Amino acid sequence: MSISTDDRYNTLEKSIKKLGYDKSSLIEILHSAQETFGYLGIDTLKFIASRLKLPYSKVYGVATFYNYFRLKPKGKHNVVVCLGTACYIKGSNKILENIERRYGIKAGETTSDEALSVLTARCFGSCSLAPVIVCDDVIKPKITLESSTREIEEMIK
Amino acid sequence: MITSIAELQELSCKKREENEKNPREIGVERSSAFYTKQRRIVLQNEGLIDPDDIEDYIAHGGYMSLFKALDEMTPKEVIEEVKISALRGRGGGGYPTGLKWESVSKVISEQKYIICNGDEGDPGAFMDRAVMESDPHKVLEGMAIAGYACGANKGYIYVRAEYPIAVEKLNRAIKQATKLGILGENIAHSGFNFNVEIRLGAGAFVCGEATALIASIEGGRGHPRQKPPHLSDCGLWGKPTVLNNVETLANIAPIIKNGGAWFKSIGTENSSGTKVFALTGHIKNTGLVEVPMGTTLRELIFDIGGGVEEGRKFKAIQSGGPSGGCIPEHLLDLPVDYESLKSAGSIMGSGGLIVIDDSSNMVEIARYFMDFCADESCGKCTPCRVGTTQLTQLLDKFIEKKATKKDFELLKEMCKVVKSTSLCGLGQTAPNPVLSTIRYFEDEYLAGIKDD
Ligand SMILES: Cc1cc2nc3c(=O)[nH]c(=O)nc-3n(C[C@H](O)[C@H](O)[C@H](O)COP(=O)(O)O)c2cc1C
Ligand code: SF4
Ligand code: FES
Repeated sequence: MSISTDDRYNTLEKSIKKLGYDKSSLIEILHSAQETFGYLGIDTLKFIASRLKLPYSKVYGVATFYNYFRLKPKGKHNVVVCLGTACYIKGSNKILENIERRYGIKAGETTSDEALSVLTARCFGSCSLAPVIVCDDVIKPKITLESSTREIEEMIK
Repeated sequence: MITSIAELQELSCKKREENEKNPREIGVERSSAFYTKQRRIVLQNEGLIDPDDIEDYIAHGGYMSLFKALDEMTPKEVIEEVKISALRGRGGGGYPTGLKWESVSKVISEQKYIICNGDEGDPGAFMDRAVMESDPHKVLEGMAIAGYACGANKGYIYVRAEYPIAVEKLNRAIKQATKLGILGENIAHSGFNFNVEIRLGAGAFVCGEATALIASIEGGRGHPRQKPPHLSDCGLWGKPTVLNNVETLANIAPIIKNGGAWFKSIGTENSSGTKVFALTGHIKNTGLVEVPMGTTLRELIFDIGGGVEEGRKFKAIQSGGPSGGCIPEHLLDLPVDYESLKSAGSIMGSGGLIVIDDSSNMVEIARYFMDFCADESCGKCTPCRVGTTQLTQLLDKFIEKKATKKDFELLKEMCKVVKSTSLCGLGQTAPNPVLSTIRYFEDEYLAGIKDD
């Protein structure tokens, strides 16, 4: 889709305008772009660079520095495994390994049918519920090997 | 609009009466052993007030301290009170807050900034999240008082993107306070202006570091820079800046309300007040606890936390996150304050306490933190960028039981080099988990050395 006909660029333009085309709002703008598009594609980054009158390299550099920004699209559903200390101590790395094995992808990847992405995070601040995974933005507390696969199957079914 | 203490008190009374008529269900039961050993200053309102309603905060005495400061105290007197309280930064470093404010207040500049550090990067710590979500106005009040004391009229709260609810609560709080004229121009006819904006992090641990955080607010990559110049001279956009942690700022309103001497009387000689800890890991009662400084680790883990799970043996407690260390059982009677933890080879850090039982291998734990630092290293300086990765690989050799005696020497040597030559706090403290586990659990490293 070309930029001129894609409505999402209008949405993005509006949020850039709201922030006054301010160069220092770059991170805010990347956040709202990711919210609108689900990820930050090269075209989107170039668009932001031109609207803020920043070099593309700067925008690309910032987008790749922060873990929160994704440069590739996500699957239809996603599961995020917390690898923070409290969750790690309670075996979240084994839960991740199990999920990776079961769906044949590594953390950060998406299944070939684009149904599921597996992601990792460094703590959601829900550490007293450790170990946690997040299925499509819903926190699942005190997860086990079995309940993690159950929750994921439930989500993608 | 609220423009005087009298009006604030009036609103407070009105809301209290209203609350009495329609008592809300209170979510927390505070009579259990988990609570009786606690002393709540920072978390006093947690669960008791409605964070979405500024009037409820005011009904509980909120914004009285700000109005008291504006009405009755000079900026110098506010700083004096904070100095008397001997409050130290809760973000990890433990630098005296009063002194930090004083140095910024003395710099002459048209524009100064107050930044609240809500990045909470230490995985396993969530006290700042609790404060921002359950009592957002307390953070705003602390920032406004800091602004008045230091001569700053603009504040930023840097919140990590993983905390969307905290962002929502803070945004609402800012709107409500601005609407009532508690933030904004000419607050309480004092001539003092103060506005607050939120900036989002984007998942980089290093952005908790002062200079990296500033680079991030300015919209760039979160690269730390050499200090000096210090933030008090050259902070956000080159202007004098105070950076304080969420919990530090949450202590300010109570200090102004009750006096610095009151605060100083709580805790220990060198560490006054309370500290919020996040108890997690292999422990029965997980959650946030707020206790006076000087409470022993044993009280925290066994009396409040209920000890480790049935059939398991306590092994160590990890404090200070990726910059901290592990403390073994024989030191459990250590009072927790900045100095004692340091002497035991760990740090206070942000207050994450992770209990580790005998099912865990300490080398693996050290590797976990080193891997974290290698991942989060911003890559600006070589000792940290290369050193943390090499240390992770060396630790792998111990875990696979393929290390040699020489590797052990190399490990210790490399820890020293990374510590002493890295540019910022991330690299300078990254070897701490390794060093502290070598200090107390050397046998687990020796077990990873193959016989030759
Ligand atoms: C790598 C690194 C990460 C840090 N992360 C945080 C953090 O997440 N939150 C925080 O308040 N301070 C963090 N700090 C400490 C801050 O740099 C700074 O000292 C602190 O926010 C100052 O506030 P205080 O004096 O109120 O403690 C970090 C420091 C380093 C070196
Ligand atoms: S010590 Fe590490 S995080 Fe800090 S500046 Fe150097 S590379 Fe970056
Ligand atoms: S460590 Fe997993 S939620 Fe905090």
